[in-house]
Amino acid sequence: MKVRIKFAKQGVMKFIGHLDVMRYFQKAMRRADIDIAFTEGFSPHMIMSFASPLGVGITSCGEYVDIEVRTRITSADAVRQLNEVMVEGVEILSFRQIPEGKAGKAMSLVAAADYTLRFREGHEPVQGWQERIADFISQDSITVLKKTKKSEVETDIRPMIYEMKVTGDQVFLRLAAGSAANLKPELVMEAFASFIGMELDEFALLINREELYADLGDEEERNLVSLESLGEEIE
Amino acid sequence: MRRLALPDEILLMVDKPARYIGNEVNAVMKDKDQVDIRFAMCFPDVYEIGMSHLGIQILYDMFNKREDTWCERVYSPWTDLDRIMREQKIPLFALESQDPIRDFDFLGITIQYEMCYTNILQVLELSQIPLLAKERGEGCPLVIGGGPCTYNPEPLADFFDLFYIGEGETIYDDLLNLYKRKKEEGFSRREFLQRAAALPGIYVPAFYDVTYHEDGTIASFTPNTEGIPEKIEKQIVMDLTNSTYPKAPVVPFIKATQDRVVLEIMRGCIRGCRFCQAGMLYRPTRERDVEKLKQAAIDLLEHTGHEEISLSSLSSSDYRELEELVNFLIEECRRRGVNISLPSLRIDAFSLDVMSKVQDVRKSSLTFAPEAGSQRLRDVINKGLTEEVIIKGAGEAFEGGWNKVKLYFMLGLPTETEEDRKEIAHLANKIAVRYYEIPKEQRNGKCQITVSTSFFVPKPFTPFQWAPMCTREEFLGRARTVNHEMKAQLNYKSIRYNWHEADVTVLEGLFARGDRRVGTVILDAYRHGALYDAWTEEFHNEIWMESMERCGLDLDFYTTRERDLEEIFPWDFIKIGVTKEHLKREWKKAHEETVTSNCRQKCSGCGAACYKGGVCFEGQN
Repeated sequence: MKVRIKFAKQGVMKFIGHLDVMRYFQKAMRRADIDIAFTEGFSPHMIMSFASPLGVGITSCGEYVDIEVRTRITSADAVRQLNEVMVEGVEILSFRQIPEGKAGKAMSLVAAADYTLRFREGHEPVQGWQERIADFISQDSITVLKKTKKSEVETDIRPMIYEMKVTGDQVFLRLAAGSAANLKPELVMEAFASFIGMELDEFALLINREELYADLGDEEERNLVSLESLGEEIE
Repeated sequence: MRRLALPDEILLMVDKPARYIGNEVNAVMKDKDQVDIRFAMCFPDVYEIGMSHLGIQILYDMFNKREDTWCERVYSPWTDLDRIMREQKIPLFALESQDPIRDFDFLGITIQYEMCYTNILQVLELSQIPLLAKERGEGCPLVIGGGPCTYNPEPLADFFDLFYIGEGETIYDDLLNLYKRKKEEGFSRREFLQRAAALPGIYVPAFYDVTYHEDGTIASFTPNTEGIPEKIEKQIVMDLTNSTYPKAPVVPFIKATQDRVVLEIMRGCIRGCRFCQAGMLYRPTRERDVEKLKQAAIDLLEHTGHEEISLSSLSSSDYRELEELVNFLIEECRRRGVNISLPSLRIDAFSLDVMSKVQDVRKSSLTFAPEAGSQRLRDVINKGLTEEVIIKGAGEAFEGGWNKVKLYFMLGLPTETEEDRKEIAHLANKIAVRYYEIPKEQRNGKCQITVSTSFFVPKPFTPFQWAPMCTREEFLGRARTVNHEMKAQLNYKSIRYNWHEADVTVLEGLFARGDRRVGTVILDAYRHGALYDAWTEEFHNEIWMESMERCGLDLDFYTTRERDLEEIFPWDFIKIGVTKEHLKREWKKAHEETVTSNCRQKCSGCGAACYKGGVCFEGQN
């Protein structure tokens, strides 16, 4: 049975990198006595795949990992058993059965992500920056230098920003994510900073990932649904 | 949410911030206002090394079982954070509470190898604790040392308030109870140390005076205070089976060097290799009951979630219930999808069978530690491994599908000759010859024989404690001989040869048998930038050479000098059970090239029977 687990990664856990989060979950499955399936072969490993790596320093309320279990367990039991062995800062939010096939592949499904951002104390931009967000996002194109492994390329990131708004001192971003197109929230804020004529300090932002989405729409129109909603509670 | 000692800006700047945040699975959190004693347990090296150490996990668990004590962990900050903490004057903190170490009652430091000595000073300095014990005031944490290097604590005597000589499970409770009384009754630091020094196994260096002869050797080593014992007796656990063992050790987020469950099956070794300090220090050999170990293995796997388990002891093949334990683990681990790693097994039919069950034969390698190339020299060091046994074991392994062999030797052993050294190459070649005797169609390509040599360091409490050590140049010359001879072998293409650094070895030799005067050099070298000396890329020999010159310390006095049988050694005030008379006998027998039986074959009367248990009394109760 294929299962999708949604979890939050908060507090000091933001300093744990993606590979170590994977190791953490492998051990957690054993401690929680989840009967996870293994690959065949001489050195079997757990069937487990994460939807989208989260950068060090970023917190999240919407992380996903898909696993396969050998025996049926109810969502309520699994969530409880897992939360009993979690460390402070990691919370299991749901444990849902997902169908075989496309909807069961978190990594290739990811199409968009929501983020909320705040400026760290002492790193706030000039007063009144909130009012400039609307101007920034109403541009037809936003060209930035996007660093790849080998070089820097000029890219128009505007099409990858699905939504940007400000509430109080918090910025909300819905951005393209996944293998086809992926935009980091820092890059948007750097572009915004340079738009209002300032430079962003290295650690100016506090970023939280809120949700990851799949796109069930067509080429005409997006239809974003959370990865969680593709699964069903196991009663 | 816990508040961290370091701000995000720093944690995001340094390598592996997970080293500094705590919060790991099974880390113990307590309310600091609800405990009487706060103990910071330190391994003075980087987190990944320190977290791999079993001893700290045992003591951490044992201390935290006490309701009145909160034991936390602290490790050496890596060089990147070290620089920032110095610049910004951030005090070193414990991982759990993130509180400064300087506010703790105790700072306990485990001293596992000589090359961590400068890291001890780093931990003290970053904690803003005076480096010298005599400069510490009433409010300072008590700095206590433990671990194998404390069997000669003298080079570190200036930096520690007290040392615990022996295994931690025995009298720490008494020490902590005494400390509680100090707090309740309000007696001074000195008064506490004086009472602590009366506890068995506790050594307070400040209460002893050393005088020296004109030639630099020790003239006297005596207590300078009323009621302080002349000799310190090593503390060991006699009932290992029922002694404390953690069910739920801390599981790091980042990959530690030892990222697995460690099951300690036995302490001590029956073999009596004459170069081996652990083999003497941990006598008598004591086993844990196999049924308890089975249960412990299950508990540990369930509470940690580790995907691998390994057995720990000095010589697992000598554990009498090994077969039963291993068969149980193979079954249990297969069910759980857990790997088993089996270090230090003697190569024989049983171990080959077990290894073929638990590892991929094509990828794994066999390890032999003949330690010396010739039978003559193996007799000198009392390493009871013969060429016949090695060739036979390797042959069986090759026929079982293995084709990789690792061989470990030492260079610079007492009485070693050019011929002994060349025999290392010959032995490697003979193993290769044995491989190529297997018909081509039945073997798995070429064989790979990796020969590694380390340089011999004479250690306290071994029969070789009187031995002269080689100079750096002699060591390197010897390695060249081996290398040259290797290339002359018929099968040299199947053999790879590596040798250890000589500079570090010489310093290890200085610290291993050093006296109190060596502390000055450690402090001076640290002041001039020595740190993380155990890390090749961080080690700078020139700092040490300059320090010795500045401090007027004669390296040869400590390393290459042959000691007189009657000389008083800096560590002679410690009683480990094994007597100096026994060590002298063994030193003599080494020169006669005579071997001594192991403890199970025939008791050699080493003195460890005074502990009234273990192998000395096997089958007698």
